[in-house]
Amino acid sequence: MATYTMKEAKPAPSTSKGLLFWLRENLFSDIKNSLLTLVGLYFLYTIIPPLLNWMIFDATWSGTKDEVVKEGARWIFIVEKFDQFIYGFYPESLHWRPNLVALICIAFLLSMKFVKNINIKIALILLFPVVCFVLISGGGFGLEVVETEKWGGLMLTVLVAAVGIIASFPIGIILALGRQSHMPIVKTLCVGFIEFVRGVPLITILFMASVVLPLFFSDGIDFDKLLRALIGITLFQAAYIAEVVRGGLQAIPRGQYEASESLGLSYWQGMILVILPQALKISIPNLVGSFISLFKDTTLVLIIGLFDILAMVTLTNSDTNWLGYEVEGYVFVTMIYWVICFTMSQYSKSIERKFNTEH
Amino acid sequence: MSEHEFMITMQDVNKWYGDFHVLKDVNLNIKKGEKLVICGPSGSGKSTTIRCLNHLEKFQEGKISINGTDLIEDVKVVRHIRSQVGMVFQHFNLFPHLSVLENLLLAPTWVHNKPRKEAIETAMYYLERVKIADQAHKYPNQLSGGQQQRVAIARCLCINPEIMLFDEPTSALDPEMVSEVLEVMVELAEEGITMICVTHEMGFAKKVADRVIFMDAGQIIEENEPHEFFDNPQSDRLKLFLDQILSH
Ligand SMILES: Nc1ncnc2c1ncn2[C@@H]1O[C@H](COP(=O)(O)OP(=O)(O)O)[C@@H](O)[C@H]1O
Ligand SMILES: [Mg+2]
Repeated sequence: MATYTMKEAKPAPSTSKGLLFWLRENLFSDIKNSLLTLVGLYFLYTIIPPLLNWMIFDATWSGTKDEVVKEGARWIFIVEKFDQFIYGFYPESLHWRPNLVALICIAFLLSMKFVKNINIKIALILLFPVVCFVLISGGGFGLEVVETEKWGGLMLTVLVAAVGIIASFPIGIILALGRQSHMPIVKTLCVGFIEFVRGVPLITILFMASVVLPLFFSDGIDFDKLLRALIGITLFQAAYIAEVVRGGLQAIPRGQYEASESLGLSYWQGMILVILPQALKISIPNLVGSFISLFKDTTLVLIIGLFDILAMVTLTNSDTNWLGYEVEGYVFVTMIYWVICFTMSQYSKSIERKFNTEH
Repeated sequence: MSEHEFMITMQDVNKWYGDFHVLKDVNLNIKKGEKLVICGPSGSGKSTTIRCLNHLEKFQEGKISINGTDLIEDVKVVRHIRSQVGMVFQHFNLFPHLSVLENLLLAPTWVHNKPRKEAIETAMYYLERVKIADQAHKYPNQLSGGQQQRVAIARCLCINPEIMLFDEPTSALDPEMVSEVLEVMVELAEEGITMICVTHEMGFAKKVADRVIFMDAGQIIEENEPHEFFDNPQSDRLKLFLDQILSH
């Protein structure tokens, strides 16, 4: 028989830490790796400096277009057309309204984080879209009406994406639940809708929404073009949300359903209080992925004649006073899209990390 | 004794999964306050039997009545019956996204419309009883298996049930945690709640059971008072089964 004493934990040897160690381990671990590192560095060397020169060091940031002497990007075009890129044809004197809406959005998101009282929260959630809508479209509280034809630019892009994301979310959840239903009619309808929508490109849905939807309504009603696009996009997105949520629902063990049933919770109580919170939580990465694709896809609305930010750039490029500024325009839009999508994806990663640590 | 004096009656209950006959003419009468232990080989229909009692499973033939209410397919009836029957599962089935306390508040506040303050008091009382009140604000997966199962028991008690069903409550636990859960169950048994427990814990059965039932292939094969049941089994199948569970 033998007994052993307990050992103390000791720190790891210092050769396995530090910058040099990291470099050796990751960039120069063997010949092949070192070679790839060098090729990569050379590639970056040929790309980055000219790009930085064009975008920043040789760029023209102010002045008029006739004074331009430098080789690089002429951002004065963006400066000149900035308002159109952001607001489309929204009257300049009323730009404060979308600006205010942007502030309200930020305040709303913060309040969702900090307000704990559930009733106030629900009231805010219900009030928020109404206030935003009234502010942007006007026609109440002494606000001048701005027709939707005048809405455009980044404002329209964000609006279409936001409405698409928010409105499709509950519909998608209902579709996902319907797909799991034991009622054959409900199930067939949901499966049929989801599979149909997922089987056609967004652009067809948009065309259908702009051409077919008005047929369902008695003539005379001039169906707003933007509204048609929003309905099309919402239905499209709902089918994708439904599939993402279904994946989440399938990952919930049967025991969770059984426990909530055996405690006497009704179907909807069990879903809302027990199943969906868990299913949505594990679906967050896929949901955000789907939001990001939608955000990028919104630019297709330009095909049915709405002026989102990309359409505004194309349009301003045909201004005879400003011919030949395409590159600046498209680089600008690209960066706007990238910044927004990247932010969304980073945000989703931070939520995931938060959930992973706090259970 | 008339039917009404039984807490639970099962009359000729038959159930099929597709073509598979899981329960064959199960007859069972359980008095108020009685403790019943069910044992039998895996797949013999023990879980199915007790899951029929709170309508987690449907049965095709026969009659079940709980505390005077016939169990029929009706949302209100099922709700009424579930409000009197608590069920503890092998794998605890706590809600991982809610704290221990919130797990206990869910049914009282949403199903039984109790004011939150009162529900919290009740919840803390039962957490105290299962000796885990200090963990009220933790999340289930921060607890050990034994602690989770005790929380699951407390969660059932919060709806103040007449009947408690246990489906192998200790078989998913590490050996050193079995006794803490059994201890809670023994205390509960002493209070006169009606209890049906699927378990192979012979010590527990001998200590608290009024009756032990042996099931095999969807039938009740033998029933007896616990000491007779284990020390003097009648049927060959029960003898074989007891040999098997005792041999390891
Ligand atoms: N949902 C189901 N579908 C088909 N067969 C099932 C289902 N659930 C259980 N069974 C079968 O019914 C039998 C009884 O199961 P169960 O009551 O869980 O047994 P026990 O709890 O005694 O181990 C087993 O043979 C099992 O395979
Ligand atoms: Mg079982």
